[in-house]
Amino acid sequence: MRLALPKGRLLAPTAALLKAAGLDFADYSEATRLYNFTCTSFPGITAKMFQEKDIPVQVAVGNYDLGICGRDWVEELLARYPASRLVKVAELGYGRAGIFVASRSGATAPRSTCRIVSEYPNLAETYAINSRLRGFKVFPVWGAAEVYPPESADYVVLRGDGEDELAAKGLTAVARLLDSSACLIANADAWETRDLSRVLERFNNIRMVVEEKSATNAPAVSVNGKSQWRDDAVWLALPDGHQKEPTVAFLDRCGVRLKGYDLKSDARRPSGEWIDAKVIRPQDMPQQVANGNFDIAITGRDWLTDHLARFPSSPVEMRLDLGFGRVRIVAAMSQDLPVRSVADLKKLIAEGRLSPLRVCSEYVNIADKYLWENRLSPCRLIPTWGASEAFLPDDADLLIENTQTGKTLERQRLGIIDVLFESTACVIGSKNSPQSAIKAERIGKLLEMFRRGLER
Amino acid sequence: MQGFRFISDVFRSACINWGYQEVRTPVLEYLHLFTATGTLTPAMLGRVYSFLDWDGWSGERVVLRPDGTIPVVRLYIDNMRGQGIAKLYYVTQVFAFEGTGREDRERWQCGVELLGDARTASDVEVISLAMDVWNGLGLENVELRLSHTGVIRAIVGQLGLEKEEEARLLVRLLEGDRSALADVKARDAASERLLALLSGSGRKSGFLANLKTAMPSANTELKASLDDFARLCRLLDTVGISYVIDLSTAPGFEYYTGVCFQFWLGGRKVGGGGRYDRLVPLMGGGDVPACGFAIYMDPLIDLIEPKARKRSDQGVLIRGSEATDQAVRTCFDLARSLHNAGCVAEVDFSGRQETGLRWTIAVPAAGTPLLITDRIQQKQKAVKSVAEAVNIVGVAA
Repeated sequence: MRLALPKGRLLAPTAALLKAAGLDFADYSEATRLYNFTCTSFPGITAKMFQEKDIPVQVAVGNYDLGICGRDWVEELLARYPASRLVKVAELGYGRAGIFVASRSGATAPRSTCRIVSEYPNLAETYAINSRLRGFKVFPVWGAAEVYPPESADYVVLRGDGEDELAAKGLTAVARLLDSSACLIANADAWETRDLSRVLERFNNIRMVVEEKSATNAPAVSVNGKSQWRDDAVWLALPDGHQKEPTVAFLDRCGVRLKGYDLKSDARRPSGEWIDAKVIRPQDMPQQVANGNFDIAITGRDWLTDHLARFPSSPVEMRLDLGFGRVRIVAAMSQDLPVRSVADLKKLIAEGRLSPLRVCSEYVNIADKYLWENRLSPCRLIPTWGASEAFLPDDADLLIENTQTGKTLERQRLGIIDVLFESTACVIGSKNSPQSAIKAERIGKLLEMFRRGLER
Repeated sequence: MQGFRFISDVFRSACINWGYQEVRTPVLEYLHLFTATGTLTPAMLGRVYSFLDWDGWSGERVVLRPDGTIPVVRLYIDNMRGQGIAKLYYVTQVFAFEGTGREDRERWQCGVELLGDARTASDVEVISLAMDVWNGLGLENVELRLSHTGVIRAIVGQLGLEKEEEARLLVRLLEGDRSALADVKARDAASERLLALLSGSGRKSGFLANLKTAMPSANTELKASLDDFARLCRLLDTVGISYVIDLSTAPGFEYYTGVCFQFWLGGRKVGGGGRYDRLVPLMGGGDVPACGFAIYMDPLIDLIEPKARKRSDQGVLIRGSEATDQAVRTCFDLARSLHNAGCVAEVDFSGRQETGLRWTIAVPAAGTPLLITDRIQQKQKAVKSVAEAVNIVGVAA
């Protein structure tokens, strides 16, 4: 029996629940660097740790019999794929939150096409259709949805503890789509044909001490519903996550002064004299620049490549290669397979040994293109939202991933069979001309500052 | 394919006879054409095949056409608006996901749209066109079921429900969900009677008159809809088209405003349509009334007579015993000449015996003489040239 367990915000309470249920998985704790676990009380039961968003997919395709994740991600999958082979077994009562549709407090409703940004694009689209929104566009993002309104989005669909928490972010709830908490799900085929009861009965009668979240003490942020951005300023997107540190250093070297973008604060709306910025996820930047929500962004060539693989006619292009954050985008497989090159892989496929070839990647479009360019077929591509190296060898055969030193791959006993390209941090912009001459001039000035910073 | 072509040929003839013009719209359309309020229901939108196009970085999604009427109306708005009444027809496929595996996800329709005329006579015209199609297909038992969305809306409006509950009930009824009525609790005796009306059925226009008198509390909206409905029934009586009134018949599309109807044969729905005066204004085309219907080809193919589908048995088999240069030349000369004369003529060197065709022309290795066999008249004749053969066969054919 195989379980899919969450990392991130549900990890600690889930580990506590499992312990209380007598299903202890040694090393499944916040400090862990492992992904695979065995149950100490039932040795036949193993578990793997995933991003919450991956769990419903893994359980639905049958790689895992049971999973624990937030109900929000289950509903997100079912919104697009209602026939998924999933059964909702039980609500576990912790990790409560709501999924809200929200807009910037005080903003007026959009008159024509409304832009909706969300980590839950399927729930967002269902909401738009059920609300009879005349024209709408849904933009999936990897995170930081709350920072997009009002300039870059009209609505966001996001998870929140409650309306107070949203107010503290300057957002007002327009609708509450669902209540989410951690839940136990099962693969429908396993549920219908196998006896899972000895594990399932452990989840009955658990008395979980659930700490109720106290109402947030932060006061509602007093915000102006209108755009905070100046028409003639340069609209800049800056990365969060591990790209932030080198970017802060680089901006410093270029002499670009931005209040609020530093390693001490988590602020998401830095600004400078003639720059208006937002801190968002690098994965989302190419599409946001293509749509004119930002003029310039600092992201990685890998995400630009992924975007252009999907949308070859997109107006986004690289303006400057920043050179830092160097990684290689590689194809990797388990060292236990007799594959050291793509030719070896093709031979194995021709022998019928890997049919279909299961591929996983965060770079869905790069992977898709790589597979058909190399005529690797039949294959099944599963998108993942993180920790993709943990998928091999049980849940996938081939991984398309970025690697810096190669140590993480080595630790998972994976070998590189092909290097697709090298990626570095870069500055991207749009081929579409900016709206004003002043803005165009300032964009040029900023790029010049970046160029000089590189030379130093 | 024979059944398909037979149906579409009969349909096209009927449309041409009534003075309709053929149009075609693209398979790939923008999703926003269909998401605007009042066009497709959320349930239908949950089953469309939509995706991001290669230039979908703007977030704009495209969709495989899920409906035939809306694209035709868009075509009308873009190209024909100033021209008065437009009478259009199309043979097209629409796409909708269907999870049971029993129905096709790609379904062919023969559709008709009459734009620009609000008279009840137009409703009668499209129904008459449909009757011509059934007659042309040799189908005598097609049942016409009539309903009226205005009457349904007005009745639901008088049930005294909460606004949200009313809206939900209406959507379910218009989508054809008959169980929706069972879930409604009547407020009083009058509402109970109204609910009963929505699930009952009658036969002729007299039923509507009875309805009207049995509901003295009916508001103006309901009275107007009933009058409109009665007018159509009277006209159908006048031109001799029989029908059944069934208020639980639902259009399945929210853009219908007035009369709506369905065609049933052998327990299957084979077509449907109605009046949708609100659609063109909702799509930004101004105040243009419209009505029309679509015939569903897939269930029909199973229901039409097999003999209607048989191949022509008047044709010619040109049989060469050996593929020498002379024989090949003669066979193809024969084929060309017979084709020019309008005959079906097939060339065969495999020596097959079963033909199902009336004529056989046997061509020897030397290319001549040609032996003509007429299977129906049981005669045989030898001739020397292609021209002579064509004369005999072409004339008789």
